[in-house]
Amino acid sequence: MTDVTDIRAEIDVLPGLDPRAPLLDVDDLHVEFRTRDGVAKAVNGASFRLAAGETLAILGESGCGKSVTAQAIMGILDTPPGYVTGGQVRYRGVDLLKTPEKQRRKVRANRIAMIFQDALSALNPVYSVGFQLGELFRKHRGTSRHEAKRRSVELLDQVKIPDARSRVDDYPHQFSGGMRQRVMIAMALALDPEVLIADEPTTALDVTVQAQIMGLLAELQHQRNMGLILITHDMGVVADVADRISVMYAGKVVEEAPVYDIYGRPAHPYTKALLESIPRLDMKGRQLNVIRGLPPALTDIPAGCAFNPRCGYARDVCRQDPPPPAYQIAPHRFARCHFVREVLGV
Amino acid sequence: MSDFNLVTSVEAPGGVPTEPRRPDRSGKPRSLAGDAWLDLRRNKIFWVSAVLVAVVLLMAAWPSLFTSADPRQCALSRAHRGAGGSAFFGYDFQGCDVYARTIYGARNSIVVGVFATALAGVIGLIVGLAAGYYGRWLDAILSRFVDIMLGIPFLLGAIVLARRLSGPHDTGVVAVTVTLGVLGWTTGARVMRSAVIASKNQDYVAAARMLGAGPVRLMVRHILPNSIASFIVVLTILLGINIASEATLSYLGVGLKGDAISWGIAISDAGPYVRTNPGPLVWPSVFLGVTVLAFIMLGDAVRDAFDPKLR
Amino acid sequence: MFRYLVRRLLQMVLTFFGATFVVYALMFANQTDPIQALVGERPITASQRAALTERYHLDDSFPQQYWYYMKGLLTGDFGTSLTGRSIRDMLADAWPLTMRLAGMAIVIAALIAVTAGVVSALRRGGAFDNVTLVATLVLLSLPIVVLAPIAQLVFGIQLGWFAPTAGKNATFTQLLLPAFVLASTVVAAELRVTRASVAENLRADYVRTARAKGLSRARVIGVHVLRNSLIPVITLIGVDIGGLMSGAIVTEKVFNIPGVGFNLFRGIHTEDGPLVVGFVSVLIIVFLVVNLVVDLLYAVLDPRIRYE
Repeated sequence: MTDVTDIRAEIDVLPGLDPRAPLLDVDDLHVEFRTRDGVAKAVNGASFRLAAGETLAILGESGCGKSVTAQAIMGILDTPPGYVTGGQVRYRGVDLLKTPEKQRRKVRANRIAMIFQDALSALNPVYSVGFQLGELFRKHRGTSRHEAKRRSVELLDQVKIPDARSRVDDYPHQFSGGMRQRVMIAMALALDPEVLIADEPTTALDVTVQAQIMGLLAELQHQRNMGLILITHDMGVVADVADRISVMYAGKVVEEAPVYDIYGRPAHPYTKALLESIPRLDMKGRQLNVIRGLPPALTDIPAGCAFNPRCGYARDVCRQDPPPPAYQIAPHRFARCHFVREVLGV
Repeated sequence: MSDFNLVTSVEAPGGVPTEPRRPDRSGKPRSLAGDAWLDLRRNKIFWVSAVLVAVVLLMAAWPSLFTSADPRQCALSRAHRGAGGSAFFGYDFQGCDVYARTIYGARNSIVVGVFATALAGVIGLIVGLAAGYYGRWLDAILSRFVDIMLGIPFLLGAIVLARRLSGPHDTGVVAVTVTLGVLGWTTGARVMRSAVIASKNQDYVAAARMLGAGPVRLMVRHILPNSIASFIVVLTILLGINIASEATLSYLGVGLKGDAISWGIAISDAGPYVRTNPGPLVWPSVFLGVTVLAFIMLGDAVRDAFDPKLR
Repeated sequence: MFRYLVRRLLQMVLTFFGATFVVYALMFANQTDPIQALVGERPITASQRAALTERYHLDDSFPQQYWYYMKGLLTGDFGTSLTGRSIRDMLADAWPLTMRLAGMAIVIAALIAVTAGVVSALRRGGAFDNVTLVATLVLLSLPIVVLAPIAQLVFGIQLGWFAPTAGKNATFTQLLLPAFVLASTVVAAELRVTRASVAENLRADYVRTARAKGLSRARVIGVHVLRNSLIPVITLIGVDIGGLMSGAIVTEKVFNIPGVGFNLFRGIHTEDGPLVVGFVSVLIIVFLVVNLVVDLLYAVLDPRIRYE
């Protein structure tokens, strides 16, 4: 791997960065979408932290707000109709939400990068892969076209794309699904960011390819000591890779814990129900567990705890505002449920 | 004219079966057509164009409602005289009442437009259905045939065909109608074909076939209702185009002739005298423009109402 | 790519022969007196009749006639007009004028359509957008038989801003008004396609990726969105070129420009059969070639098509 330290030293991306502050600190983030049919509250107080070298998995069903959170952190929300209405996103101490756009743009790809689910639609179909990679070097670092291409080939090598030199001029549709995802990873890592947000990186891929991509991500993260935020709805994918898991529901983090604790002893009814709904061999012949009901429409979130209509532990207090606060269970664990004790079984 | 480009941009919503929609106040689920009608009702452009179309149709059917003058009663002594009495638009180079000629001109335009569109519609429907449903070699042949037809630029083909079809003593109405019908079916056929292909692969068609429905029944009862929406939109716009085309052909002298009254002929006749007497040019132009505009706006509104992507 | 090219060429050849056959058949087939049809309603002498019979092989079967005609066409012999002039010479005179007119019209239309279309898409629902949508709807609907004479009347004669007619050696400024009129027949559709294409591409996933790469808004739109959005527009413009050349008939007549369309129109009026067929055949060839070029252009512009 070349030139890590000198690249980072080259630019002073943002004034006021504090190397001792947490890498990424999202605090009480609120995002809403103002549509014709009403205001959809997509994120309602999401909070989590990320340290260098750590992998945080954000887990949840479709529509729970995890992608929106990621986009808000990156600053690429569609505004209108999306608006960040509260909270802070601190990168090394500096609140990105209050940073002017021009400076914020410099943080993107340089320090905080993102990869998306469907690489085929996420890559521009009319430009070669080399062009799209080289763009990063040319625009952020001012490198020459020639040098940018050289670095692009290097990057493709790093993500283990065979025959990188000739493939660098190929177009996205000429790659297979797994290869394309590697290209996206290469694009995200080009400028050596400190944080990588991966939004459902393997959902569109075959299972075997999934494993390869996750392995690649883990290896690259380890090499560079990056913080990795992995957004997914697939609990199986997460188990191998994550250090900590945040479970999101209806725009809130309902439980956060180290990975073994969540799988072993979930503290929130939603997490518990999710785990129980995973089919296992020893359930053969029995009916599968499902979480009855549907996630709420974001324009019409229930009062109190958003999960209460579907929760087996729900009582009256759950149906009334204010919603449950984050109950601290252990130094690095919390859950938003009035009845954590019951759920944990203590 | 660029109208065919507009027409070819119509999407075929195709194989979406009429599924239950948000129920209306009576609690019954609405069909796609019902939803479209509700959207249409709220659209101001739809109402404006519908009223205009109704007025023009009235003009065509009962011109005597609008004027009591005889458009063919011309006297050279009145040539180029200005407006007076019931001749609101003055007189043309032959001394004919411009207002009367303009009102009566609507009839030929509508008649030719409607019948030409009907002809094009029938041909397009059959060709599109057959090509889409039977596919393979029939589709290949028909598509090549459409290619050939599209290889002949519309106006040129129309000129040649219209001239060929009209005898020396005709008014040219039949010739122009057949010409426009024979040259105008291609877009409808294409739209129908893609809609049929989209419908054909839907599960409900397979289900009907398994229950023993023969090809005709399948086509008429199952595929057709779901493909017809975009086809109807094409026809509505084609109607506007045909009215314009008839005027163009008549203007060039290969459309209506003899003593037929047509807006195109009026515009052409008015040409040499336009410096001194613009009325005979301006008024038929205005009527023609507004009529075509009304039909195309109508087609636009109908298409927007049916377009599933705008929901 | 090569196979695609071959397939398209074959298709073009087939369409060319098919289309010209149809035109030829329309002019000459199954006539009781083909010679009379050829010359229209003019009376002719016996010797003229014999000469025409020989020249046009009217004693032979119909397919053979068509064959002779095609052979002539393909070797550059377009025949002779009934006025006596060689059709080839007439084409050589008329063509440059029509090309200039069509060329100007296409450039005007493209400039207006693309700029206004992009702006409309960027500010969808805004005032500019609504005004352009209405204006294009009106323009789309008004037939050229209305637009051309009225434009000539208002801008050429009454207001006097432009020359009302242009002659054989028309200058650039003289062609401006006819070019604008001709452009108005295609600008509306081009604008709408641009607008729709840009609007759709603005919502595409790769735009999100481009923004996540920290690229400026100007670059995201100017480099990423535009390159994708313009593909359908450019191909439409190409198709319009072909259409313009044949659609110029009315414009050339109104503004007195002796181009291809004008001559064709006069040929129709004087019932000059050979001239009509000759000119129409050439126009068909041009039309088809332009369409072929546009198809190939599409492959050049969109890499996804290239590797079929």
